[in-house]
Amino acid sequence: MAAGPQGSGVDSAANIFGRACCYGGLHVYGKREYHSNIKGLHSYFHIRVSKKEVFADVDRIDLLCAFDAESVVRHIFEVAPGGGVICDADALATGIFAIPTWPQPFVDEFRGILNSKGIKPETVGDLLKEVGKNEVHTYAVPYMTLLQEIATEIGEPKLSRLTRMINVLALGASFGLVGYDKAPVERAIKAIFGDKPKVISMNLLALKKAYEYAKQKFSGSGHKLDVIHTDEKRMFIQGTQAAALGKLAGGCRLQTYYPITPAADESEYLEENEVLQLEQSAVEQGGGSILIMQTEDEIAAINMASGAALTGVRAATATSGPGFSLMVEGLGWAGNSEVPIVVTYYQRGAPATGLPTRHAQSDLRFAMHAAHGEFPRIILCSGDIEECFYDAARAFNYAERYQMPVIHLIDKALANSNRSCKMLEPQLVKIERGQLLTETDVQGKEYKRYQLTESGVSPRLPLGTPGTVFWNTGDEHDEQGHISEEPMMRMRMYEKRMKKLETADKEIPVSERVSFYGDQDASATVVSWGSPKGAVLEALERLGHEGHKLSFLQVRMPHPLPKEYFGEVLGKAKKKIIVEGNYSAQLAGIIKERTGVDMDYYVLKWNGRPMSSDEVYEALKLIMQDKAPERQVLTHGT
Amino acid sequence: MALKIADFRTPVFVDWCPGCGDFGILSAVQMALVDMQLAPSKVAIFSGIGCHAKLPHFVNVYGIHTLHGRTLPFAVGAKLARPDLEIIAVMGDGDGLGIGAGHFVNTGRRNIDITVLIHDNGVYGLTKGQASPTLKLGLQTKSLPKANINEGINPIALALAAGYTFIARSYAYDVRHLKDTIKKAIQHRGLAVVIIQQPCPTYNDINTKEWYGGEDRLDPKTGKPTPRLYKLEETDYDGVVRKPEEVFPKYASALSKAQEWGDRIPMGVFYQNELVPTYEDRILKRIPTYLQNPPAKQTISDTEGKPITSIKKMLGELQVTGLAEGKGNT
Repeated sequence: MAAGPQGSGVDSAANIFGRACCYGGLHVYGKREYHSNIKGLHSYFHIRVSKKEVFADVDRIDLLCAFDAESVVRHIFEVAPGGGVICDADALATGIFAIPTWPQPFVDEFRGILNSKGIKPETVGDLLKEVGKNEVHTYAVPYMTLLQEIATEIGEPKLSRLTRMINVLALGASFGLVGYDKAPVERAIKAIFGDKPKVISMNLLALKKAYEYAKQKFSGSGHKLDVIHTDEKRMFIQGTQAAALGKLAGGCRLQTYYPITPAADESEYLEENEVLQLEQSAVEQGGGSILIMQTEDEIAAINMASGAALTGVRAATATSGPGFSLMVEGLGWAGNSEVPIVVTYYQRGAPATGLPTRHAQSDLRFAMHAAHGEFPRIILCSGDIEECFYDAARAFNYAERYQMPVIHLIDKALANSNRSCKMLEPQLVKIERGQLLTETDVQGKEYKRYQLTESGVSPRLPLGTPGTVFWNTGDEHDEQGHISEEPMMRMRMYEKRMKKLETADKEIPVSERVSFYGDQDASATVVSWGSPKGAVLEALERLGHEGHKLSFLQVRMPHPLPKEYFGEVLGKAKKKIIVEGNYSAQLAGIIKERTGVDMDYYVLKWNGRPMSSDEVYEALKLIMQDKAPERQVLTHGT
Repeated sequence: MALKIADFRTPVFVDWCPGCGDFGILSAVQMALVDMQLAPSKVAIFSGIGCHAKLPHFVNVYGIHTLHGRTLPFAVGAKLARPDLEIIAVMGDGDGLGIGAGHFVNTGRRNIDITVLIHDNGVYGLTKGQASPTLKLGLQTKSLPKANINEGINPIALALAAGYTFIARSYAYDVRHLKDTIKKAIQHRGLAVVIIQQPCPTYNDINTKEWYGGEDRLDPKTGKPTPRLYKLEETDYDGVVRKPEEVFPKYASALSKAQEWGDRIPMGVFYQNELVPTYEDRILKRIPTYLQNPPAKQTISDTEGKPITSIKKMLGELQVTGLAEGKGNT
């Protein structure tokens, strides 16, 4: 774990660390936690490194790489026996209760912990001595002395100009301690500071200093990390990047957004790459681009996307809970006017401002029911970073085929975690535009935008197509799109719209809506959606080694939910366990509503932190041992 | 074959109150389109919610009747995706300057090449006459239980402050002046707004046709009314910026002119500045192919549904192993 005050380079240190491990053939999963703050408050990156692919976070810390005193104190009791703490030698004398950024409740809680352990440390050094008895080793590195040496070497008179490199010193010390090959770390530094040669050379020097210091001083640490060879092509990617890439491959050409955590990263990444490259076969098309519009608010964002989508372009917006709350009226307009728009919805702690930078999965019901009245929509939810990519692309297919809003639910844990995985495969993306007419289809004919049809889907014509015109309105309307309050027309148009959801339910195969892992005759079935997927799969693997056979039903399209399939699978399941990141078990409620099937066990979490595979494992194990209460609430996380 | 007024009419019954200023605005819009000979499928009219908002249903061009106050985001979305279309955003005063004020101001920052028409009658007609944001302080139109306790917004001054590059006022019952002003607004390169003073015969019994016409102010010599509205075109006022050094003085005189109300209300062009780069110009600097291949005209897949966007370069930037063919990671 890399931990320090915000603004001290925790992010770049973690990225360098992650990339360096990836370059060395290792797999990485990095979970990022931060306050709603720019400078000063505590943040950390918990990075798991493994020879095998990693899908989730765990509770344990083997090596705590602390940039400041608070980071030591905050996480000290998470460090596993035999683990180590790399910290600033100067921080050892800091009084534990003299750390200004500590919130009072945490101080009180920490006093309680110390009391329960029967220890009374005054300083960080005392605390480290105490845990030392528990086989947690301290590796104190004199950051300021090393910086002074660097300053002298490069002739920098002001030491304060170099303090931002403490992150790389800490990183260098970590790699030195575990004896990792320095070359991939150097490569990672070059990759992260890409176009700044001076910054690169300074950081390489910092790496060298700390690396050599640690290698020499802590040679017998027993911690070891080695590069391994792999022929597999892999990437190191964040959730928001995967969703953005999915949109590009899926043909999105206009995206609107208003700045909000944790969604904004996606739009910024798209804007950086607004001029698109096209496949060789398509270069004569005249150049591709995606237009990113930062709007004045989320109300403008969704409605601008709708206005654009009317012209036939694939348009999307990306937001988080508070933004989606503002979008709701516009969502209803798109539903009523049958406009294919995609809303990428990054859930975070709620309600109101809630926990702006923290994790939650509490908006499934909201996404399903948002806006007054009844209209069809499709909801997709991704369970991992790769699914973010493929779902982002296919969301447009559903939106256009059924001419309705598609809400793609992602969550903070996916948005802000980085993972190594095999390369995304854009060739697996298929573009299906539904019944999209062109000029020749309407030539000399009367065009009715809302023609009543059996499937409910009326052939769609882009606004601006020569030779005809059409009308749209948020009012109830006739086939031409003019206002109509006639009861018969009202009924027929209403039914036509709603019919599209039945058509989608019939046409979209179950395989695109759920993923099933394990055997149908398993002794228990876990049901979940969104980011707990990784933790569930890892927990199931561990339980499998212990002789417990569980299956996992991952819901990727909670609306419309494939009713018969669920009835069948859950009807056979011996123990039904729901795992989700909210208080009221929202998905369990939807399943009950659609199928009448109740869950036997509930594993829930709403403390603002993602599920770790350890805690999911513990909870499931209790259930398998018949020792669990009906409802278990998970609490891991700092 | 030349387009006629009939080509811009629809069979939909026009259900405004008899005597409504909206009739004049509808005629002026249709006449402007005929004068400019714009093909119906090249034009889209967006509207919000309120009496004004039915206008698109009566005009035979693409017509999008949106949400209360949200006309501009919809209209801008369509324009961004299809910059070759003529986009007209029709708004009410409550719709555009009350609930939609944020969009009115922020669209000004973009100078996008669309035309905004604001039907300004001082009341919320469709909900039976509540005070709108342009109704002056202290006025009590007939369905208000008490006199208006809020100041009225000055839409001309607001448009100036927001960055509109064509700002004019006209009058619903002077169809010729209105038509000419709408034409100028459409022809303007950049974001244009026309504030249209519009009597509401049902709910605004103060700013009536008679009030605008000055029928309470008979000239003692001729015995004829002295209209409150006068035309800037008939004075020596000139709000058109032709060189950079004129920007500030013309802006200042427009702001000053915008304060006139009551006994003398100016109509015509307050301010026009085509020296400001349009939003399209600004996008073009970043995306050189924007106008030749705007978002809505781009092909996104081949005939088999295979994406034609190549994300290879971006994937390459994220790739961490197997970079050199056949060499593994190290």
